[in-house]
Amino acid sequence: MNDTATPLLGVRGLTLDIPMSSGVLHAVRGIDFDLHRGETLCIVGESGSGKSLTSLAIMGLLDKNIRRSAERMEFDGIDLLSASRRQMRSLRGDRIAMIFQEPMTSLNPAYTIGDQLMEALRLHRNVSREKARARAVELLEKVGITAAASRLGQYPHQLSGGLRQRVVIAMALMCEPELIIADEPTTALDVTIQAQILSLLVELTREMGVAMILITHDLGVVARVADKVGVMYAGELVETGPAADVFGKPLHPYTRGLLRCIPQPGKTQRGAELGTIPGIVPSLIGDVQGCAFRTRCPHAIDACRDAIPERGTPPHEFLCVHPDGARAAEGEPA
Amino acid sequence: MNAPVLELRNVAKTYRVKQGLFGKAKPLNAVNDVSLTLNKGEVLGLVGESGCGKSTLAKILLGLEAPTAGQVLVDGEEIGGQGRLALARRIQPIFQDPYSSLNPRKTIADIVSLPLRVHGVGDATSRAKSVRETLELVGLPARVLNTYPSQMSGGQRQRVAIARALIMHPEIVICDEPTSALDVSVQSQILNLLNDLRKEFGLTYLFISHDLAVVEHLATRVAVMYLGRIVEEANVADLFDAPRHPYSRALLNSVLTPDPSQGVPDTQLGAAYPNPINPPSGCHFHPRCPFAQSHCKANAPRPVPREGGHVECHLHDPDSPMYRPDFTV
Repeated sequence: MNDTATPLLGVRGLTLDIPMSSGVLHAVRGIDFDLHRGETLCIVGESGSGKSLTSLAIMGLLDKNIRRSAERMEFDGIDLLSASRRQMRSLRGDRIAMIFQEPMTSLNPAYTIGDQLMEALRLHRNVSREKARARAVELLEKVGITAAASRLGQYPHQLSGGLRQRVVIAMALMCEPELIIADEPTTALDVTIQAQILSLLVELTREMGVAMILITHDLGVVARVADKVGVMYAGELVETGPAADVFGKPLHPYTRGLLRCIPQPGKTQRGAELGTIPGIVPSLIGDVQGCAFRTRCPHAIDACRDAIPERGTPPHEFLCVHPDGARAAEGEPA
Repeated sequence: MNAPVLELRNVAKTYRVKQGLFGKAKPLNAVNDVSLTLNKGEVLGLVGESGCGKSTLAKILLGLEAPTAGQVLVDGEEIGGQGRLALARRIQPIFQDPYSSLNPRKTIADIVSLPLRVHGVGDATSRAKSVRETLELVGLPARVLNTYPSQMSGGQRQRVAIARALIMHPEIVICDEPTSALDVSVQSQILNLLNDLRKEFGLTYLFISHDLAVVEHLATRVAVMYLGRIVEEANVADLFDAPRHPYSRALLNSVLTPDPSQGVPDTQLGAAYPNPINPPSGCHFHPRCPFAQSHCKANAPRPVPREGGHVECHLHDPDSPMYRPDFTV
């Protein structure tokens, strides 16, 4: 995933360990990725794969008991590993913005949406109330909220879920961030609203040249939104690459397994047996060695217990002992 | 195949909602004149946005809410006259969240056998046997009998919920978003299980889901609900291949298939979902409909038959000035 230009965000060997009573939980185990300006990276994985922790680690919002280490983690030349809390605070909400899953919990119920929209701008940019207000109205209109000026005095509970998420997006855009991290931004919404919010995010990031990391469990969302995809399993990015490559020619057995699990209109025969991935995610407590997917993989061999080589040709790479990711064994074209 | 096991005739549920502390209560038609028929062995998919009345309808069928008007018939008998117990023998639910639908302080054996005890079926030995058989049916090993829900994964818990629903051998199972809380790889296992159980026992499902790809996969018939009304009902192939109602089309368009060559679709649903306390006049869908005309604002559409169901849209009504027989959305 290395390009020649310096990426906006570069992460190498990000590792997150959580000490537990029964041992250390290796929640994220050495992940690498680069993100350039204007690019959208989707990290897809099931619950417990470490995708949300990865986003919190970038933001510096991890719980105190989680140990973070990395070879490198840089945002536009700023070393995020050594940044002080004060430096992180000035980045967050300004150059790096966040959008979380549940808009009701990321908005403060006791303040009007106008106050909440203006807060970030007034905090980071020292602008007048009038200017902040004008910017808030401008952005509410941009995210498709009608009668924007009159909405400023409303409280979050007076808005529907879809409108609230639009407000959260507007809030994220207030300071013209360079990077947006969106963690399951549409999971709590209806499918129709989901489509509207996603197209809004795609449009705005394109128009403003904002880079985005979108975390989701929904492969449909990934396919429609991502430039680059990272498939996460048990704390590792097991496959990374451009969206067209990962969906067109999935190399890791887990990626193919996931794609077979979902009914695909037009492709899957109605009522037919869906693919499954037997077994459960292994415990990541204690010593974790070899391929974490081997216990559920139909192509597992003894060598899967050892270190797993990185394969593929950039930008499409994967982790597997099989040089072709066992595509031939599944009758898939090479 | 064609005996109706469940019939809804003009069922309505109206709540009275107070606007503010001293406001006057206003009626909210959560379910508005719904007629549906479920035949034996069918899977009726019920789709619609949140607040459209799907869950209220499920509650009425489970006897948890009494309809304000209309009749619900099971095997031709009205359920109003039957008690909750009699109804529960025939209709059982599977809910969305297997974390909150199972009592955390009871063992799996207690949870699954509870329906048998409530209905006074058999003695302790025969109940234990029945529990073991049902657990095996849903793919759980006997060793889970004495464990607690907290010791199980989400998929296993949902299997427990399915076992509890099936132990009374109900005819109808109401599946309310049964896989929404589950991971993709677990979801497919549960969907396969539900499909296998239906084939094996001739079960009838009402399958409520917001995931249209899942509904298309599992359902034999689909009902699209909007603001308390079934605006279109058809066989699964007819509905997904040729939706008639503009709202059905918008819902289908919003399905994100994992196809990276396509972008995020435009649903063309401009306005937000309306407030059900003040539903729009005429056709409730007109403020969001790209085909709406003044006629839609003034006149409510009537149900017009289509293959395997009906559609409520002026474009498909031969008596309407807007009728366009060649119209496919």
